[in-house]
Amino acid sequence: MRHTISVLVENKFGVLSRVSGLFSGRGYNIESISVGETLDPKISIMTIVTKGDDQIIEQITKQLNKLIDVIKVQDLFEIDHVEREMVLIKIAPKQELKGEVLRLAEIFRGRIVDSSPKTYTIEITGDEKKIEAFIELMKPMGVKEFVRSGKIAISREMARSK
Amino acid sequence: MKVSGSQIVIESLKKEGVRHIFGYPGGVVLNIFDYLYDDKDIQLILTRHEQGATHMADGYARSTGKVGVALVTSGPGATNTVTGLATAAMDSIPIVVLTGQVPTMLIGNDAFQEADIVGITRPCTKYNYLVKDVNDLAYTIKEAFHIASSGRPGPVLIDLPKDITAAQCAFNWPDKVSIRSYNPTLEGNKWMIEKAAQFISKSKKPVILCGGGVILSNASEQLRELAEFAQIPVSSTLMGIGGFPSSHPLSLGMPGMHGTYYANMAIQESDLLIAVGMRFDDRVTGKLDAFAPHASIIHIDIDPTTIRKNVEVDIPIVGDSKRILSSLNHALKEGEKPQWDEIRRQWLKQLDQWKELRPMTYHYVADVIKPQYVVEKLYEVTGGDAIITTEVGQNQMWAAQFFKYDRPRTFLSSGGLGTMGYGFPAAIGAQVAYPDKVVIDIAGDGSIQMNIQELATTIAYDLPVKVAILNNGYLGMVRQWQELFYKERYSYSYLANVPDFVKVAEAYGAVGLRATRPSEVEDVIREALRVRRPVFMDFAIDWKEKVYPMVPAGAPIDQMMFEEEPKKEEKKLKAVK
Ligand SMILES: Cc1ncc(C[n+]2csc(CCOP(=O)(O)OP(=O)(O)O)c2C)c(N)n1
Ligand SMILES: [Mg+2]
Repeated sequence: MRHTISVLVENKFGVLSRVSGLFSGRGYNIESISVGETLDPKISIMTIVTKGDDQIIEQITKQLNKLIDVIKVQDLFEIDHVEREMVLIKIAPKQELKGEVLRLAEIFRGRIVDSSPKTYTIEITGDEKKIEAFIELMKPMGVKEFVRSGKIAISREMARSK
Repeated sequence: MKVSGSQIVIESLKKEGVRHIFGYPGGVVLNIFDYLYDDKDIQLILTRHEQGATHMADGYARSTGKVGVALVTSGPGATNTVTGLATAAMDSIPIVVLTGQVPTMLIGNDAFQEADIVGITRPCTKYNYLVKDVNDLAYTIKEAFHIASSGRPGPVLIDLPKDITAAQCAFNWPDKVSIRSYNPTLEGNKWMIEKAAQFISKSKKPVILCGGGVILSNASEQLRELAEFAQIPVSSTLMGIGGFPSSHPLSLGMPGMHGTYYANMAIQESDLLIAVGMRFDDRVTGKLDAFAPHASIIHIDIDPTTIRKNVEVDIPIVGDSKRILSSLNHALKEGEKPQWDEIRRQWLKQLDQWKELRPMTYHYVADVIKPQYVVEKLYEVTGGDAIITTEVGQNQMWAAQFFKYDRPRTFLSSGGLGTMGYGFPAAIGAQVAYPDKVVIDIAGDGSIQMNIQELATTIAYDLPVKVAILNNGYLGMVRQWQELFYKERYSYSYLANVPDFVKVAEAYGAVGLRATRPSEVEDVIREALRVRRPVFMDFAIDWKEKVYPMVPAGAPIDQMMFEEEPKKEEKKLKAVK
């Protein structure tokens, strides 16, 4: 099962490497990880997407909790939450496909963030499905490269149980 | 008033009650060493290798329960502590290692003797620090001692750039630390403890598994109370040895790969395992699917990650073993009052039968020294009143099997990492803590050569450590595996040119003694204990001897291999004993 785990950490020197080292050292896999500051600049939040059976996920959350710099671990699998990811995708479509690219970008509520005579760079935000669907659609159009941000997630305020 | 960073380091250590540091100097720690030059309260034990220093700090910590401290230089000095840190980490031993670092300005420049020791040791410390501001120094040291010694203890490293130890600032010693992200659970869940008590009252065939956590949390008395009150047999893991008296009638000895027949049988037949401060290591469980198939499991541990890591648990209780066992004893005494003797009679009888069927024995012969005989004699001559450390290999197992440990903190052995070269420096650390106790390293001829240089340390500080070398001319445990599982293909396990240990000892200024026949063993031991000096005892043992019982790696623990019956003539000789 794939789980999104939110980890509040002290914003200290080396903390990212403590967390990533835990995963590599114990053979857990990280599908994506993103880190940013929180309201309190002394605290950062990491959103980690990982995979494993129940026993592994239990170990991962316990091991994360055991790290001295970790303040709180929340497995979002069990709670209602919103997830978002962003992709920046650079496309060099043939002349006749340019219109189609722009049309699809609009359907996906994308924005053109850069353009050159040969290329467009499009920004799309959404959940993973949407991002992947868009990338798939663009592939035949001549994708030069893309960069994904990794997932970030936040719990919903009202209904907390799923 | 402003003082130097070096002064802050040493004065902070004193505030933490430190009397001894194990250390080795070098360029970037000279500020601290210079401060120590005039200091009267702290003694620095100058070792001969930084690995020795960390194991000494470890041995000091294991034997006293206090935090052990090492101080070394940057680069190679720091990297030499890695094995010591990993050894302490695996066995949850509280030590603080102070490493020098190149000046802050040069960090990251591949400066002379620079190593990213904080990066290197992140996975083998409980926590580590790079101090970048002298104003943080006192607090960091306070915090380091707190982290090392609380919760599940472990090693902490503090990296000290040279400019920080030279910088000046006011010395403010914090009276307490609080770390919002670190609050180990100490009290066990009341409801779970109640439930555990009920399980124990209902159980017909319970076994207590006593792990290193019992020793770390000083819970031996509470464990003994539980065992005696509810008449439960106890098996101590390698790390738990001494947590429950080996000579107690309820003691089953060690479980697992080289455990006793009766401990393993008891576990396999048991209907309830009460695991205290142990982590179901693969050397204990053997094949997991076949481990204790009939048993419910109560697992008491301070570290939540150990629970359900390897085995399914029915009653997990996270917290400090001592407190939980006290509450559990209380709950048992308050609860329904079963006739314990009545209930356990069958089970204890069964255990006695197993003990009789396959006791821990070996075949004594009169013309070659059996290693087990040496260990037994060490026990006899010391009356068990000694701190024993071990190296790793067959020597370690024989030391665990044939000496009886009735008190905690008297058996110091690298269990988790299995570090050859641990025992001798650990013994030195223990001897520094207890100058008047008998401290003996039970060693192999291979292992002792891994930190043999520390003989110089024993001479320099007049530390009368005894080393009993079970000299088989082989990396014996490796040889044993090759004999049993690799068709007797002894690939690089023969130690050609084992040095003359008597001469080595003498060359360093210590005493060297040798026994080549069983009849000489006792005299050698007595002489070694008589002289108040460091001694190497070289016992030429039967190189063919193997450690039994043995459960092959990955097999269920009741599939044990035993020593073959001796040939006729050997049997006759046994009577001579
Ligand atoms: C530092 C280190 N290197 C390698 C090993 C693997 N190893 C385990 S036991 C052993 C042999 C130990 O030989 P010796 O000290 O003579 O002990 P014996 O088994 O002969 O009693 C070896 C090489 C180890 N445990 N530690
Ligand atoms: Mg040997």
